[in-house]
Amino acid sequence: MQLALVLDPAKCTSCKQCEMACAYENEQTFNPAKSRIRIFDFHEDGRFVPYTCTQCDEAWCQQACPVNAITTDPATGVKLVHDNLCVGCKVCTIACPFGTVNYNAATGKVIKCDLCMGDPACAKACPTGAITYSDVEQAGFDKMRAWAAKTDSGAQAT
Amino acid sequence: MAWTRKVLRINLTSGEITTEPLNMEWAQKYLGQRGLATKYLVEETDPKVDPLSPDNKMIFATGPLTGTCASTGGRYSVITKGPLTGAIACSNSGGYFGPELKFSGYDMVILEGKSPKPVYLSIFDDKVKLRDASHLWGKSVWDTDDAIKAEVQDPLAHVAAIGVSGEKGVLYSCIVNNKHRAAGRSGVGAVMGSKNLKAIVARGSNGVTVEQPQEFFAATDAGKKVLKENAVTGEGLPAFGTQVLMNVINETGAMPTRNCRDVQFEGAHDISAEAMAEPRRSDGKANLSTNQGCFACTIACGRVSTIDPQHYTLQGEGKDQYKHASGGLEYEAAWALGSATGVNDLDALTYAQFLCNEHGLDPISLGATIAAAMDLYEEGVINQDITGGLDLRFGNAKALTEAVELTGTAEGFGVELGLGSARLCAKYGRPDLSMTVKKQEFPAYDPRGIQGMGLTYATSNRGACHLRSYTVSSEVLGIPEKTDPLVTEGKAALVKAFQDATAAVDSAGICVFTTFAWTMEDIAPQVNAACEGNWSVDALMEVGERIWNLERQYNMAAGILGDQDTLPQRLLKEAAKVGPAQGLVNGLDKMLPEYYELRGWSTDGTPTGETISRLGL
Repeated sequence: MQLALVLDPAKCTSCKQCEMACAYENEQTFNPAKSRIRIFDFHEDGRFVPYTCTQCDEAWCQQACPVNAITTDPATGVKLVHDNLCVGCKVCTIACPFGTVNYNAATGKVIKCDLCMGDPACAKACPTGAITYSDVEQAGFDKMRAWAAKTDSGAQAT
Repeated sequence: MAWTRKVLRINLTSGEITTEPLNMEWAQKYLGQRGLATKYLVEETDPKVDPLSPDNKMIFATGPLTGTCASTGGRYSVITKGPLTGAIACSNSGGYFGPELKFSGYDMVILEGKSPKPVYLSIFDDKVKLRDASHLWGKSVWDTDDAIKAEVQDPLAHVAAIGVSGEKGVLYSCIVNNKHRAAGRSGVGAVMGSKNLKAIVARGSNGVTVEQPQEFFAATDAGKKVLKENAVTGEGLPAFGTQVLMNVINETGAMPTRNCRDVQFEGAHDISAEAMAEPRRSDGKANLSTNQGCFACTIACGRVSTIDPQHYTLQGEGKDQYKHASGGLEYEAAWALGSATGVNDLDALTYAQFLCNEHGLDPISLGATIAAAMDLYEEGVINQDITGGLDLRFGNAKALTEAVELTGTAEGFGVELGLGSARLCAKYGRPDLSMTVKKQEFPAYDPRGIQGMGLTYATSNRGACHLRSYTVSSEVLGIPEKTDPLVTEGKAALVKAFQDATAAVDSAGICVFTTFAWTMEDIAPQVNAACEGNWSVDALMEVGERIWNLERQYNMAAGILGDQDTLPQRLLKEAAKVGPAQGLVNGLDKMLPEYYELRGWSTDGTPTGETISRLGL
């Protein structure tokens, strides 16, 4: 079973506990500026959206990296940046269509979500279940179920 | 640890910007935020200072838990001498601004003097600058927020700003951060305006660390679990917001209605949380779009709402900014703008709430002042010549929204409304119609129906306020244990305990709403793991009591003495006409002497020498 971060904006309240958990996991300090996951506040639409790397199978960042500093972890599917190889060229940040790999000026390397190597702190910190680490093949299960509950049989439709 | 140990000091007169170490000896005695900043204010200013003069200082202060993962650890307060009351002002806000100050590397920012021209303060770690704000003067909070974010070119920056009301000295203007969260009470916005300071923008790249990380995670995780499993913080507040109280308090017979002529409002259901969730006819949407948490808050009681597109408030030119989701009605606003004025139009109230956020007005004082004006109008004391044509009958929604618009920009009769209810009623010779204590309008609990709240209002250090000792928890909700709201027995001790605990909770940098679920037994381990020193329950309670007495001493030195620990005559003489409290007035005279005694104060309300030395003041 392949696990992935499953993000549900409808459940997000923009509390930023995930950002703090991520920052603490990676930087040992509460510092949302250094979080790999971010909450976007679309207040005027009444929507808050968590967003981070979704670990593409064929990752643009990985293919763009000229020094092969980004590898795939076979167990988790994580695209992992090796700091000892990364030269800070930032080409991956250009290649990524989603903007989820970013340069960290403090270290001269790029940073991205590594799923905490299989135990993501953001999912554990999320108080509402907007971020879960669950079976990627069943990511749509709850949505399907919700729509199924609303679906009537054709015979009754008028 | 937990504290950044650094204070940023801005002299607005000279433009000088300095940093200094946080006084850690004081931090051990006053913890942070409310308590610690009050200590700084007391040490640095004369309590008799004119609140709107350059000699008054204002302090933006965070607590040790601000910017950590402790649930609700995102609060900051603004501490200054308040222009509405002449007492200590301490206005607390959530949103995301406070933590950003801390991430910039400062526990507090002390602002002194007065800038020769309009400026805003930008804080980006150690790059701190006063920048020209001439082009922002006259702009609303919302426009200022947008303009500054564009200027500093940082989407992650957070802004706290005043509106025109603050510039023009509306005595209950607030400081609004993140467009929808406010340091709301006592007129701290007017102090900022008097200093020619339009806004503060902050963005930090430093972190906050804690003393014992493993213990801290264990304590904060345990705390979050308690919040989640509690009926109020885990279900009621996220689903219904503070508005969960509208029907509850109305049924209790403690809903101040039509300037306290009545204690129950027949239109309460129309403006309740339940009504906010009902789909409306025009577009099939409910008033409530979603709930929102402030920084680090796992309760998420904040409301995000829309106005009915067919409602009269959205018709006409220049209304675009109200046509999408925005910060929605909280209970206090719904009561003050609604029940207090007799208006039961949910969309009119939502519009008025948007205006309060846009222009930086405290909806409690604003609504209660309009209610007092309506009382004056109905009594024939003022008329349309004075109100500039406003037909201020109780229940007139259009007059209400127009009055809010006028006060937001301090125009027409809005200038007089901006004085607050005490000064307005005094001006027209009817001080008895002002529902205030120490010139501050009281909030959404009628002390005839909830007796403890009478003592709460009478003794609150910042003028009438529910957030200094929310005995509603005990008297209505049964938290931590149920007491009878209709009796005075035991309320003095209850009020004192709530006051001391709340002062400690505020000073830690967390939200008082946690105390619907948390006791000090839940809070102390979080503070203790974060901070150096020994932070037991007893230690926190003692800090709370010390803070309470320090605020009291400040007020007494400012000339606000025990004779002002009282309530409007209406609540002491005119009995409730209906409901569970029918026939009752507030029994303040039965509670106050006992309260003074429990506090270790003399019979005229002065802290005794023994009390002062016991608390190390």
